[in-house]
Amino acid sequence: MNWWQRLWSRGRMEEQLERELRFHLDEHVADLVARGLSPREARRQAILALGGAEQVKEQCRDARGTRWLDDGLQDVRYAARTLWKQPGFAAVVLLTLALGTGATTVVFTVVNGVLLKPLPYPEPDRLVALHEETDKATQYGNRWAFAYPNFLDCSRGSRTLAMAAWRFSVGTVSEQGKAEYVSGRQISPELFSVLGVRLQQGRAFLPDEDHPGGAPVVLIGHSLWQRIRGGSASAIGKPLVVDGKSFTIVGIAPTGFRLDGEEPDVLTPLGQDPSPSMRNRSRHPGIGAVARLRPGASLKEAQAELALVGRHLAAQYPDSNAGRTFVAEPLRPDVGDVRPTLWLLLGAVSLVLLIACANVGSLLLARAVSRQRELTMRVALGAGRGRLVRQCLTESAVLGLAGGALGIVLASLAIGPFVALWPGSLPRVENIQLDWRVLLFALAASLSSGLAFGLAPALGAPARELEQTLRAGARSVAGATRRLHSSFVVSELSLAVVLLVAAGMLGDTLVQLSSLNPGVNLKNVLVTRMALAPSVLAQPAQIRAAWQDVLDHARHVAGVESVTMVDTVPMREGNNQIGYWTTPALPAPADQPLTLATSVTPDFLKVMGIRLLRGRFFDDHDRQGAEPVAVIDEVLARQAFGREDAVGKQLFIPVSASPFQLSSEGSDPVRVVGVVGHVRYWGLASDDGARVRAQLYYPFAQVADPLLRRWSELMSIAVRTGVSPLTVVEPLRRAVRGATGGVSGDQALYEVRTLEQLVSDSLARQRFLTLVFGIFAAAALLLACIGIYGVLAYLTRQRVPEIGVRMALGASPLGLMWMVLRQSLGMILAGVGIGMLGAIAAGRLLENLVEGMRPTGPTIFAVTIPVLILAAVLASLGPARRASRVDPIRALRQE
Amino acid sequence: MTAKSDLPQGTLDLLILKVVALGPVHGYAIAQRLQHVSRDVVQVPQGSLYPALHRLENRGLLTAEWRETGTGRDAKFYRLTKKGRAGLSAEAAGWQRLTEAIGLILGMADGAVE
Repeated sequence: MNWWQRLWSRGRMEEQLERELRFHLDEHVADLVARGLSPREARRQAILALGGAEQVKEQCRDARGTRWLDDGLQDVRYAARTLWKQPGFAAVVLLTLALGTGATTVVFTVVNGVLLKPLPYPEPDRLVALHEETDKATQYGNRWAFAYPNFLDCSRGSRTLAMAAWRFSVGTVSEQGKAEYVSGRQISPELFSVLGVRLQQGRAFLPDEDHPGGAPVVLIGHSLWQRIRGGSASAIGKPLVVDGKSFTIVGIAPTGFRLDGEEPDVLTPLGQDPSPSMRNRSRHPGIGAVARLRPGASLKEAQAELALVGRHLAAQYPDSNAGRTFVAEPLRPDVGDVRPTLWLLLGAVSLVLLIACANVGSLLLARAVSRQRELTMRVALGAGRGRLVRQCLTESAVLGLAGGALGIVLASLAIGPFVALWPGSLPRVENIQLDWRVLLFALAASLSSGLAFGLAPALGAPARELEQTLRAGARSVAGATRRLHSSFVVSELSLAVVLLVAAGMLGDTLVQLSSLNPGVNLKNVLVTRMALAPSVLAQPAQIRAAWQDVLDHARHVAGVESVTMVDTVPMREGNNQIGYWTTPALPAPADQPLTLATSVTPDFLKVMGIRLLRGRFFDDHDRQGAEPVAVIDEVLARQAFGREDAVGKQLFIPVSASPFQLSSEGSDPVRVVGVVGHVRYWGLASDDGARVRAQLYYPFAQVADPLLRRWSELMSIAVRTGVSPLTVVEPLRRAVRGATGGVSGDQALYEVRTLEQLVSDSLARQRFLTLVFGIFAAAALLLACIGIYGVLAYLTRQRVPEIGVRMALGASPLGLMWMVLRQSLGMILAGVGIGMLGAIAAGRLLENLVEGMRPTGPTIFAVTIPVLILAAVLASLGPARRASRVDPIRALRQE
Repeated sequence: MTAKSDLPQGTLDLLILKVVALGPVHGYAIAQRLQHVSRDVVQVPQGSLYPALHRLENRGLLTAEWRETGTGRDAKFYRLTKKGRAGLSAEAAGWQRLTEAIGLILGMADGAVE
């Protein structure tokens, strides 16, 4: 039997022991009676011979080896009973612990789901991410997405890796005259088998469908399947029109399948992409590549094999592949930049937990001291010191576990709202659940907090000078425990200071950032991405006409004042960076300065409300055939031309990045015709620290024909309205839907936002952190106040006889209040002092982790510290008043 | 009545194992048999019999089950396990060697007087 089985069958074993001994006695008695004794005498002798049933039982229990368990259970029962008798104390401790562990568990659940959980594929440690790597780094680094031909060469015949690839694509799904813009991916046939993902229905692509001209087949995402086909199994084999072309649905991806953090709606074979750039090794769109290590192969072997292929290809295609090799590294979930924020939150919430623990610790200590007489009595009656320590620890462990259980319940309720509150989309949000790891964490946190802070009172269990303790009665307050109490309060207060100051810094930063000038007029601007009808995308002339049509229709929507096309929008995801120079002879790519480049139409300045500083903005004469022109912002003007007037000067753009495509090599010249105000493109908080701040605008009308299709795929329109911008969304959608003559209903608006929303989103993280830190700081302040109140109340109660004597000797009530307050002020000031040092360190950390963070200033201390001191003093007023109202007669009689 | 000897240290377990080896038996019968077989020379302290039985059961040398006695009452019958049988022969052999050695020593003392 295991010990837990014994524990389980404890009751039965007790009963059997009882029966066994009774049987023994009965048999013995019967024998003795048979020998002629009277039944009474026989029973007496039998009991004598056995030697006391209870002692025998006790020895049998010892022999069974479950002694410690029995004791433990007894301790737990005892602990539960004593707690039950003090419901107020138990409630405060439990709530404190529940809040502490609950808050920590919520944050840890998110950390666990987003950062710690492995990828949702079988054997995730066998998956690797693949990149191209070059010897020389440019301003973008030296890691690159794969060129499709390179991927094919690496994949073909690899003995260590089973590879798969995908590429971002977008499209419009047309379903009975309703166009819907969808996210899509082109994938290689092996993607699902490499990841180990089983399709919901149907089949993956076949190898012979993976080349240009292959059968037009499509896999659709689970959500799209539900949305347009109602999850019907008969969707397989049916046609679906994507970008105006009919495909046959061959399979459905399973629910929750994600690529690049989002669920793709349509998947098409990567090899069917007809564009010549897909066959090009040097100028290519770039594909993502992933692989699974074949059975028996190690990562090292795979890397060696890839390096070998890299050398091979470098020799075979020196133009594109010289100095280029391929690398594999373990596949990790892509969580973007939330990692530091999450750790920051976990750190902050741990401070709250620590405060809760210190609080519980001081409460336990106070109780232990008032129970000292009881404990001393038990020692005097022969209880071992170890046994008492163990019992104290059991009590705090019971408290810790109960508090933890309550905390887990709180956490399970709070996790949903917390995730909903998160600014923007949290990566891997689908992984955030309470699981065994979280439960283990919560359990460990609560148990260790219970034990760690129960240890101090337990070690204070009396061992020596029993007699003195017993005689001293309730009067003694040992200096040592008073110091311990003070240290609990001081540490609570100092932690609260750290959180308060951090919250103050964040709030201050938020206010400062909100008041910054974004460089655009935010009011009444609507920005939306737009997809043209697929049918017009074939001919450049048609594309230009279609966009002109869109602008004309949009301008006539009621409430719209002006409308412009724009490809990249301030404070929205996505940007376009190009190199530039002031002479035709460009330096090496790595040495070229960079600027943001935005293609717009003439009304852009009017819609966005950007100031024109010098020269002019674009007009209808800036079109194909005319001299390419650009308008630059004040930052680029200063960066490129210093104090000289930029208007009339020329800039030179490398042909590889030039939208004009005038020259075949070298650089394209572009004439600067105007200078405008700087726009905080990267967001209010981030712009000052951004790497590329310079801005350049060029007319969409001058974009070269071959690029028009690509440019149109990424285009947005922005309108300035005279009314609330969201009210024009639907009229606008209707107006542009069928804008092209003949083709109707194929054009879609998506990602509709107001500029105000975008600006607000750009501060979302700061706002979120301010809110969460505010909550944490408030909780910390509350806990610290409870702590200081509890400790003072306890210390004052201990001093009641002393206070009585002082009163009898003529001390004034005010003087007595001051005596208690002085004690608390000492603790408060020490806590504030230590806390300020901690706050300065925490402030440094915040500055590094949060964009736009302002350093800790005296103003923040000046605002936050008095709040804390005031709250703490208020909390100590209660005990102080009680001290001043002590009735000296009764106090002295207590002796 | 003759003078009764106390049981030498550590021999109770050996005696219990020996008695139980003869067949399943309950606690009271063990006490009886030890007393009879030793012709009342060995005084079995009944108070330490049961803790010893439970200890041996806990160590896996004995196993027990509840069965009816001849008189129709339920009693806990102890039985030797495989491990118990091995333990018995090892301990018995040890005891044999010890008593022989003690006998030799006592005999040698007699010879020395001559």
